[in-house]
Amino acid sequence: MGKNGSSRITVLFLAALGILLLFLPSMIPRFYTYILSLIFVTALLAMSLNMVVGHGGLFQFHHCVFYGVGAYAFALMITKAGLPMWLSFIAAPLASALAGLMIGWLCVRLTKLYFGMLQISLGSLIWAITFRWYSLTHGDDGIHGIPMPGLIAGTTGAYYFILLFFALCLLVMYVIFKSPFGMTLQAMRDNPDRCAAVGINVRRHQLTAIVVATFFAGIAGVLFVVLERTVFPDLLFWVLSLEVFIMCLLGGWFTFAGPALGAAITVALRTFVGIYTDYWTLVLGTLLIFLIFFLPEGVMGFILEKLESRGRKEVSGPRGV
Amino acid sequence: MILFIVCSGLSYVLGVLRVPNVAHGSLYMIGAFAAFSITKLVAGPAGFWLALILAPFIVALVGFVAERALFCHLYEREHLMLLLFTFALSLILGDLVKIVWGAEYKSIMAPAVFDGTVSIMGASIPKYNFFLLMIGPFVAVALWLFANKTKIGRIARAAAVDREMVGAVGINVSWVFAFAFVLGCFLAGLGGALVAPTVSITLGMDHNLIIEAFLIVIIGGLGNMWGAMVGSLIFGLSQAFGVLFWPQFAIVFPYMAVVIVLIWRPKGLLKSVW
Repeated sequence: MGKNGSSRITVLFLAALGILLLFLPSMIPRFYTYILSLIFVTALLAMSLNMVVGHGGLFQFHHCVFYGVGAYAFALMITKAGLPMWLSFIAAPLASALAGLMIGWLCVRLTKLYFGMLQISLGSLIWAITFRWYSLTHGDDGIHGIPMPGLIAGTTGAYYFILLFFALCLLVMYVIFKSPFGMTLQAMRDNPDRCAAVGINVRRHQLTAIVVATFFAGIAGVLFVVLERTVFPDLLFWVLSLEVFIMCLLGGWFTFAGPALGAAITVALRTFVGIYTDYWTLVLGTLLIFLIFFLPEGVMGFILEKLESRGRKEVSGPRGV
Repeated sequence: MILFIVCSGLSYVLGVLRVPNVAHGSLYMIGAFAAFSITKLVAGPAGFWLALILAPFIVALVGFVAERALFCHLYEREHLMLLLFTFALSLILGDLVKIVWGAEYKSIMAPAVFDGTVSIMGASIPKYNFFLLMIGPFVAVALWLFANKTKIGRIARAAAVDREMVGAVGINVSWVFAFAFVLGCFLAGLGGALVAPTVSITLGMDHNLIIEAFLIVIIGGLGNMWGAMVGSLIFGLSQAFGVLFWPQFAIVFPYMAVVIVLIWRPKGLLKSVW
């Protein structure tokens, strides 16, 4: 995200990271491969949320619904409809995007807290239906043991599959982030009135952003099923939505890669603190409070600020608290 | 009616402090657990009444500590940060409850006075539920009197509208906010203590409640206490309606009602103070 000199370093760093990630599964125990895969899935979810929250400035309070819809659509298409895996893989994110279109269409007419609240109520509606519709979704039991093709059935296979799609999505997201559309979105976050004044259809842009973001959330949901081979209603519960929100905050709102970092920190924390104690949310909550007090720009925002202390202020918009 | 008592507290905090307090559910849970402990310490009906009086104060104390230690430094931040802060608080409080009381289910009994039912217009209602029905309006009236007739209630309302102006005439706004927050916590604790005999007290009851409470407050109109009552009624009635006609999807109905209200009137049914 830097200019000239720093961009070469960024590319080199990314290439090194990519090569490392490619060969990592052969070097580390399977458990860590699994954790890494989980981090990728969560990171994709967090970044898709950040598209609308960090860049779009919308109060997308119930993003997990789309994650859950993607996961459930994928699972149901395989187990109930018997569709081939590859077809379901394409169809499930589309189902998420469709849900995003419907919910988004209702929500973009409102702003801020009201937007978020309407979304929470619509999302909870979907959650409640999923939770209760035993004949289709098996209710709170969830669906387990979803069959996967042999190639990606194992942890390592799933890892490469997830890594591939994670990288692809990241690339597409970055292109969107830097595209005129992405720029417009960020401008709308900072000053919606002025954007409307220069002739931008604010609501349509917001709706498009929501649909795109929910599509990526759907992909994250599918990848979750590939990894875990199970779905359950908690995927759509609002607590998870707020957790993903926290990941964005942890990494940094106004950066592109921040949420991924936040997701990595959260998943790692849950796993490794969880080994020692049951009270990992206590640790997370305490960490979060420290963050809000001392690092409101997030870890990534903090690092970037240190790196670019020569005065580039791209990452900290006027909304920066 | 439990919903109403909890929501009125949430709504009050929202109205005065403009803070969407996610930790409100955790405070409610603490209220229920505190009531459990008090009934264990003091046996018999006296324990129950003591719990009903003491538990809200315990919760208010927790709220007071949280407000003075952390919250009061953050009022100038934007809503999103405050929301995430209260969520962090709820994570911490949830785990603290787990540490103090453990993860098992708990339950307490209402005193023998409330055994049996009363019949009103042919319908028989358990006595305890009748008691709850009575106490709801009582809380509503008390809160209304407080907000409109007492000096500090009026100051709180003024501070909600224009914080700087109230500060400029020489009132310590910070303490007014603290008081409003503690009052909200007190109501959460009262709701928790009152609900304790009717449900099993368990971790996770906070998460289930808070989302409902938020939706109720929103459909009623932010910060409007009567709105909280209307919202609670809509929520409760649509649920009862669901149970009657389509039990499997009973929990879907209230959300449906909320969605309809919000699409129809996004800012809530009654006037919002925002």
